[in-house]
Amino acid sequence: MNTSTGYAPRNYKIVKHKDKTLLEVAMGPHHPSTHGVFRMDVKLDGETIIDLIPYFGYLHRNHEKLAEDMTYFSTMPYTDRLDYLCSMTNNWAYALTVEKLANISVPERAEYIRVIIGELTRLVNHMLLVGFYINDLGAIGTPLLYALREREKILDLFEWASGARMMCNYLRFGGIREDVSDEWLASCNKLVDAFPYFLDEYDQLLTGNEIVISRSQGVGVLSKELAINAGITGPMLRASGVNYDLRKTDSYSIYDRFNFRVPLGQFGDCYDRFMLRLLEMRESITILKQALRDIPKGEIQSKVPPVLKPKPGEAYGRIESPKGELGFYLVSDGSVNPYRYRVRPPSLINLTLLRDLCIGHKLADTIIIFGSIDIVLGEVDR
Amino acid sequence: MQDTLNLFVMNIGQWLSANLGTLNNPDQIIVEIARWLRTEFGNWGVVGFILANLMATVPLIAVFSGCFALTTWLERKGLGRIQNRYGPNRVGPYGLFQPMADGIKMLLKEDIVPERADKIGHFLAPVIIMIPAMTGLVFLPIGRNIIAASIDSALLFFFAIGSIVSLSVFMAGWASHNKFSLVGGMRAIAQLVSYEMPLILSAVVVVMFVGSMNTSVIVEAQQIKSWVTSDAPALQCLGQVLGWHVFQPWGLMGFLLLFVSALAEANRSPFDLPEADSEIIAGHLTEYSGFKYALFFLAEYVNTFAIIGICTTLFLGGWNGPNIRPPWSDDPQALLIPGFVWFFLKIFVLMGIMIWIRGTLPRLRIDQLMGFAWKFLLPLAIINLLVAGCFYHMEWYFGWPFSILILCKSYAIVVRLNKSKLVNSNRTYTYA
Amino acid sequence: MKPFDIQPLTQRFPFVHADAFGNALIVPAKNLVSIVEWIQASRLYLCDTLSNVTGVDFLPKVIEEEGKDSEGNSVKIKKNIPGYIEVVYHFYSIELKRGPLTIKVRSNGRDNVRLPSLMPHYRSAEFQEREIFDLYGVYFEGHYDLRRLLMWESFEDFPMRKDYVPPNDNEYEPIASRHSGGDA
Repeated sequence: MNTSTGYAPRNYKIVKHKDKTLLEVAMGPHHPSTHGVFRMDVKLDGETIIDLIPYFGYLHRNHEKLAEDMTYFSTMPYTDRLDYLCSMTNNWAYALTVEKLANISVPERAEYIRVIIGELTRLVNHMLLVGFYINDLGAIGTPLLYALREREKILDLFEWASGARMMCNYLRFGGIREDVSDEWLASCNKLVDAFPYFLDEYDQLLTGNEIVISRSQGVGVLSKELAINAGITGPMLRASGVNYDLRKTDSYSIYDRFNFRVPLGQFGDCYDRFMLRLLEMRESITILKQALRDIPKGEIQSKVPPVLKPKPGEAYGRIESPKGELGFYLVSDGSVNPYRYRVRPPSLINLTLLRDLCIGHKLADTIIIFGSIDIVLGEVDR
Repeated sequence: MQDTLNLFVMNIGQWLSANLGTLNNPDQIIVEIARWLRTEFGNWGVVGFILANLMATVPLIAVFSGCFALTTWLERKGLGRIQNRYGPNRVGPYGLFQPMADGIKMLLKEDIVPERADKIGHFLAPVIIMIPAMTGLVFLPIGRNIIAASIDSALLFFFAIGSIVSLSVFMAGWASHNKFSLVGGMRAIAQLVSYEMPLILSAVVVVMFVGSMNTSVIVEAQQIKSWVTSDAPALQCLGQVLGWHVFQPWGLMGFLLLFVSALAEANRSPFDLPEADSEIIAGHLTEYSGFKYALFFLAEYVNTFAIIGICTTLFLGGWNGPNIRPPWSDDPQALLIPGFVWFFLKIFVLMGIMIWIRGTLPRLRIDQLMGFAWKFLLPLAIINLLVAGCFYHMEWYFGWPFSILILCKSYAIVVRLNKSKLVNSNRTYTYA
Repeated sequence: MKPFDIQPLTQRFPFVHADAFGNALIVPAKNLVSIVEWIQASRLYLCDTLSNVTGVDFLPKVIEEEGKDSEGNSVKIKKNIPGYIEVVYHFYSIELKRGPLTIKVRSNGRDNVRLPSLMPHYRSAEFQEREIFDLYGVYFEGHYDLRRLLMWESFEDFPMRKDYVPPNDNEYEPIASRHSGGDA
């Protein structure tokens, strides 16, 4: 079997071009469209990109080393700030890993509430991406504000349940922090019932739009083999046609009880990644309806010692976060602090192929490709 | 019923004539004021001479700057409502004093010039963009006999002056010593130069039909003379409206082409690539702050007004509107509602459409933009020219069906030729 | 996902052994590339994606073991275990939908650490190995473009090591307080 020399980047050595007519532009840390502090040095020939070098590290807060000095429990609020747009799925991945490490079980009601919150977070993230993607295309904010209007309703639900809109710190080892009332569940039901109308409105406005189609189809095409080899996960992988969704393969938590489908793309370009997120939102609505129908009564957190000292061991736990496979690798040596705490950031791994996807396209396409990869700098830099 | 209406209007007319001097021609009120002022200034010697000559230009600049202020308010409110939010609503009633607040803010800002920028170029670019923008307003016929300069080659002059704008945009981009500005300037030059061709070719159709490049003559040619000079008010109304060039098949196509090219010439969405907000932060305007930025802004809007003005003059009938002749007047050319009301109404309607398009569509990429100009608009403009020529020489029963057929077919052919073969618009998404 | 059965691997390569916790395989550095090529190709494993590359730092430590001295009495013997840096790889197979295959590679000592790179085989190792180079100081041979990822280019030390002492370059604000000697 071809051992991947076909997947290695072409001409990776960064050499100075002898032709002095190339323009080198740093799309620098301060830029309206780089979704955070992120820098790309592009070499332009007219408008075509010859080379692109990304620079990260502007938001590096050394989260992993901080966690080695804190107890397992104190790190939970810090995980909110990794992918700051979907805070509760970060909490979930961390809680899952610690529960694997220390063999803690989770009661039923807590699992259902985790699934509800997780799918609501997926809706929040995908709406933000879809809105910002069209904003990057140039529609000066109209679809973005429609998407944010819907997102506000979900953030109100988060505030009701956990006290905060974004940095929720809601999950605990063995369950969740606080129970949700029946009114919350009724409110959630109402939102879930009204949501498909928004998706239909978006579909009607945008997916048939000539300009959106001509600017995103054929741009940034990602082949299946390269995507698998580069460790890409999440909607970006599924847009290239690979059937790999951790909710189905790993069946972590209680996802095997829900009946949902996994949409797959065909060409792997920006349009497919955009459409896939719209389709995934519909699947999240199905899961939410089933979870809200079946949620039992019960307790919400199992008994966990106040200071957690797991036995020496290691665990790698991962979930399907809205951006990809978010994994935590914990090594414990029996004390209250983890010996090694590592976050596997989906945004960083998905960025591996930015250079490959952008070379040969125009400057305007870089922003679109970058937007469709869907990164959050808090996760890339930790 | 008709008699009582006539009597009523005649009474008002008599009252007006008795109290406000001769108001034989209600729509010539500005011309009357101007003539009165000129006779006054004639008594003041040299100062009067200067004032008399300024009387053509200063009101023009004042009125269109007022229009610019109103348009910025309208744009912010309009975009806000499209985006499901209020626009500015704090500064005055409904935010009407917002342009004043913006103006004061712009004047008070610090003027930052980059250290290594080309100082002369950086300073001159806003000045050079203002001059052709304002000069282009001179050829717009705002009402009957209300035009600042009635030249026989007005249209030619207008297009010649309008292309200086591209020079100034590039000057701004180059002199800023900033790579983003340079990229913005290069894009702007490419776009402005390419869209001159469909712009001019769509305007030439009208010149061919009317036979003159003088804008007042073009406007007057859009009245159906036999209906306007008749006695029935209904025919007078319709005669002023149905003669517009936009109601002819070649005129409709020409109007659409001209409008789209006007969007591109004015750097407005979906062609606002030179000042693309999300990629090359403000493009050629990145290094400008304070009053220079305000001047650029002003010049862009005034340029937009000038091009929209030409659009209405050529195709929408200029200052024609559903007017009737006042029954008390004995001048066969008098009109009841002044022409400038219709003119400004049309300009604001077209501006509103431009704002609507800006709030709705994403922007095109540079190669798609150029492809659109050269491969789509230009062939259609040339075919339109051909069709207009045939229309002129055929009888009306050949003219209409022939031109509609040719135009629709050519549109379909051009669209099919431009379809890109790479992408597949009908996507299917499988579920695993 | 069902975890991998490591029997065939240990049979094919007898020099790998499981680690103390039981679910990872420790591989000598010089054999890493051949093992990785085998698991990419073998029909039992078909590991087509490398999900996670982690570095773990172990300081040298002294442990006491039960031992017998020359007279047969049980006595505590001090043993020096040298420090090492360990790189942990998690492989998954999308094709077979099988669970993680964890491979650990240990270095010799903590100075001038050189380990083979998996970048020619897996693109996902590109940024993760650069991060380990940046934060732990492990030089991966065969990596196409090894430079610092999260810290800036001219940074000197390796922050994630256990013996890293952050420099005291905090900015102290000159405020007057009753703890300072009056002036600043």
